[in-house]
Amino acid sequence: MKNIPARLYASLQGLLLPFVLLAIWQYLSAHAIVNPQILPAPTAVIAKWWEYLLPTEAFDPSRSGYLAWLFSGEMIHDAYASMYRVVVGFLVGTALALPLGLLMGANDRIYKLFNPLIQILRPIPPIAFIPLSILWFGLGNPPAIFLIVIGAFFPVLMNTIAGVRHVDGIYIRAARSLGASQTTMFLRVMLPAATPYILTGARIGIGTAFIVVIVAEMIAVNNGLGYRILEAREFFWSDKIIAGMFTIGLLGLAIDSGMNRLNNYLLKWHRGIESN
Amino acid sequence: MQPQIHISKVGKVFSTSGREVVALDDINLEVMPGEFICLLGPSGCGKSTLLNAIAGFSLPTAGSVIVDGRPVQAPGPDRGMVFQEYALFPWMTVEKNIAFGLEIKKQPKARIKEKVSALLEMLNLQDFRDRYPKDLSGGMRQRVAIARVLALDSPILLMDEPFGALDSLTRRNLQDELLRIWTEFRKTIIFVTHSIEESIYLADRIVVMTYRPGTIKKIVSVSMPRQRDPSSVEFNNLKKELALLVMEEQTRHNQNEIKVPAAD
Ligand SMILES: Nc1ncnc2c1ncn2[C@@H]1O[C@H](COP(=O)(O)OP(=O)(O)OP(=O)(O)O)[C@@H](O)[C@H]1O
Ligand SMILES: [Mg+2]
Repeated sequence: MKNIPARLYASLQGLLLPFVLLAIWQYLSAHAIVNPQILPAPTAVIAKWWEYLLPTEAFDPSRSGYLAWLFSGEMIHDAYASMYRVVVGFLVGTALALPLGLLMGANDRIYKLFNPLIQILRPIPPIAFIPLSILWFGLGNPPAIFLIVIGAFFPVLMNTIAGVRHVDGIYIRAARSLGASQTTMFLRVMLPAATPYILTGARIGIGTAFIVVIVAEMIAVNNGLGYRILEAREFFWSDKIIAGMFTIGLLGLAIDSGMNRLNNYLLKWHRGIESN
Repeated sequence: MQPQIHISKVGKVFSTSGREVVALDDINLEVMPGEFICLLGPSGCGKSTLLNAIAGFSLPTAGSVIVDGRPVQAPGPDRGMVFQEYALFPWMTVEKNIAFGLEIKKQPKARIKEKVSALLEMLNLQDFRDRYPKDLSGGMRQRVAIARVLALDSPILLMDEPFGALDSLTRRNLQDELLRIWTEFRKTIIFVTHSIEESIYLADRIVVMTYRPGTIKKIVSVSMPRQRDPSSVEFNNLKKELALLVMEEQTRHNQNEIKVPAAD
């Protein structure tokens, strides 16, 4: 462990550049060097973000509980809607990709059966499915979740296949000599041995899902963070656009650190990771 | 007493990209129950190939291997295998690694627990029960690997240079421990090594192999009582005798290693 002053110094050093940039930005806006319609001051953005976060109506005990009121702000609703889509889409995509990837990685015939189709579909960016998904599912959650499923599916699939194929033969041999059946081999040797790869895939998958949800909301849904910043553009609310982007960034960060924790937990046996 | 392992006329030819390598040729060996056999020879003489044929990982292309009256067709828990690279499952704790074979056999939980505890104690691993292999030293890992095959009660242990990667002190330690286990449980052990000293220290009989094709050059019985003293005259005389035998094969191995790149 490093000593406290050194750590403090390190974090101060990390904050230096953002602060300098914020100061320049504030200066430019305050002295009207740039049009605040184009680039509002950081203080204005923060004020807007706060307003966007807070409940729109005054607290009324007869209509709702305190907590429900506290979380009734527009941003909370938008963030919840976006997260819901990401999580559902990601889980469905993973639930489809994981077993298929395990089978394809372990069995050459299944691999040969599915691989050509996957190679054709995989290069199509999930966003290119938007028109079709609207045609098939209309507007709202179904097309958005469909797109996210596609976005999460391929990274998880490809990494699971690679993970199973890279399982060190020595583990398979050891398990065979211990008398492992096919099922045991699959569930207790191949699956755990492939976990580092699978988690890498999951990480890319949820990242893709997060990109896709924002785009999908701009086109096929009328709520969520993606919808909100596009809506703000129509009113020239640049402060709200930036506040929304900031929220999107925070959510991305939260997802990433969540994945990180999951990673550390599931891979606590792995050599590369120090548990602390 | 009947031999436990019959190896007769075993040959193995690998053919890779048109070229054929005769790894084993006309190997004949009978191993009695409870015997400690060392396979000795320079790198590439086919020690692992022979061991894998007995284990059932890679079947011979000629001849037969019969264990307890049945021809070997596949690996199985009756022949416990210990690898040089330990081959512990890194995602399982020490306890889980040892229990794995018993869980495969669907033994009752309480019985597994009891047995694992006994093995942990026997191999001095109690304090490492909940650790992952990454946290263990090489010697500790190999102890776990040995405990893992002992858990299965296999009558036969096949060990492919199990102590090859360990420092000499740890190595001697584990050799003594292995001898203790062998004496206590009367396992049949086939132990691959390229250390002459190790083979004299451990074996009842040392099988010296030739290099390409891999055949049996000589079988040397070691009659010294255990615990054997590596500084004794008898030990050193045997060491010299074996060194001469192995050196001839090592020389052929070296010449071949020099020739191979030129041929490509
Ligand atoms: N899968 C394989 N394909 C082709 N050739 C092989 C294969 N496995 C082994 N060989 C060859 O067979 C010969 C015997 O190999 P083997 O691994 O049994 O030697 P070894 O005595 O165990 O050597 P070492 O001490 O290096 O482990 C070698 O010449 C090797 O190149
Ligand atoms: Mg070998």
